[in-house]
Amino acid sequence: MSNPALLLLQDVLEEPKLIDWEWIKENFWEDIVPALQGHIFLSFISIGIALIIALPVGVLSARYRKAYPPVTAVTGALYSIPSLALLAILISIPGVAIGPSPVIIALVAYSLLILIRNTVAGLDSVPPETIDAARGMGLTNRQILFRVELPLALPIIVAGIRIATVTIIGIATIGAYINGGGLGTLIFDGIGRQFPTMIISGAVLATALAIVADLLLLALERYLRPWARARRT
Amino acid sequence: MLFKILEVYARPDFPEKLRQHIVLSLVALLVAIAIAMPVAVMIRNTRLGAAIAINIGNIGRAVPSLAILALALPFFGIGFGSALVALTALAIPPILINASTGLREVDKGIIDAARGMGLSGSQILTGIQLPIAAPVIFAGIKTSAVQTVASATLATFIGGGGLGDLIVEGYSRKGPEILLAGALAVAILAIITEVGFGMLERAFTPKGLKIAQKRRG
Repeated sequence: MSNPALLLLQDVLEEPKLIDWEWIKENFWEDIVPALQGHIFLSFISIGIALIIALPVGVLSARYRKAYPPVTAVTGALYSIPSLALLAILISIPGVAIGPSPVIIALVAYSLLILIRNTVAGLDSVPPETIDAARGMGLTNRQILFRVELPLALPIIVAGIRIATVTIIGIATIGAYINGGGLGTLIFDGIGRQFPTMIISGAVLATALAIVADLLLLALERYLRPWARARRT
Repeated sequence: MLFKILEVYARPDFPEKLRQHIVLSLVALLVAIAIAMPVAVMIRNTRLGAAIAINIGNIGRAVPSLAILALALPFFGIGFGSALVALTALAIPPILINASTGLREVDKGIIDAARGMGLSGSQILTGIQLPIAAPVIFAGIKTSAVQTVASATLATFIGGGGLGDLIVEGYSRKGPEILLAGALAVAILAIITEVGFGMLERAFTPKGLKIAQKRRG
């Protein structure tokens, strides 16, 4: 699975003129590691905030079906705005300074559609008989939600978290343009200085981070759904 | 503010930026279709081929668009062509994944029946597999198109032109009206693309499938 990516990596790394290993050695701890940490931080915070919003909204949309179409319309519209445009619009709002905050707002906005959609799909996938059985056992609505529906919906919710995380890691690189920090800083500085080593380290690390997050969450998804492990998702 | 934004759209260089944006997106999308579709068709009957295509597609989808565009810079230099190569690479994965899964998910019973009626492999492809897979294939092309229009905004960072130029100009010169004018133009173009391809998707769904979808849902 990782072979094509590794081959690509090897190709890029073996080109002697493109990579200045001395620079990487000298700036590893000052530039590269903080950029990577910043990127992970941005992505984590954004997914966290997005989940805090999306889970209740998803549960409510699954309950009150009339609320679902407007919710998807709004989040879908947010999702279709190109990221650089959304960042530009956000920093045009008076009171929003350039920096990590507008980037986090944008990243949260992008994940809402995917997370809400998958929460609703996850809750829909719970068989009605299971809920009936739980009710027959005397569970209250709240207990049914937390002990039956959400655990059964979890694999689909995690699938949403996976797509959202990969999307967010990619878009977060663009946030560096408005001083949001992260690996995009290396890419934009590299472009500004015409220095391929910086561009490549930023781009390769961002790609690697996205792929690692994708595989980890895929593993979690499969672990949570042992009955579907044989089938491909 | 609104008047100032409209003034930006009246600038003589605006049509050129819009044209660059559309040409970049459209050419990248067409080349991506021309690459991804034959590959999906060739591997439609092999398990291994489909698995490889879908995995490569998934990895490709994880690669950040800015990373691809930035990586094109040291290899292909600054400019329109470089951005075009990068955008094409970005446009391929969604089309490849959807075309490959769409073609593979055609009911085996239908194909067997067609073979029993004496249809050849290519007749089965054009008469059965492609029409049945059309909605899924078009969904992939739509995803790819919307994503390409969005990523084309980033072409400006490697000198590829397009509407992103306005955003960069507005940001670096601190001209909020130029920044917003660029952002709004890009957002509107993306929404038009989304809606337009959604209509195409419905137009390309065969009548029989529409009836089946209605019955089910």
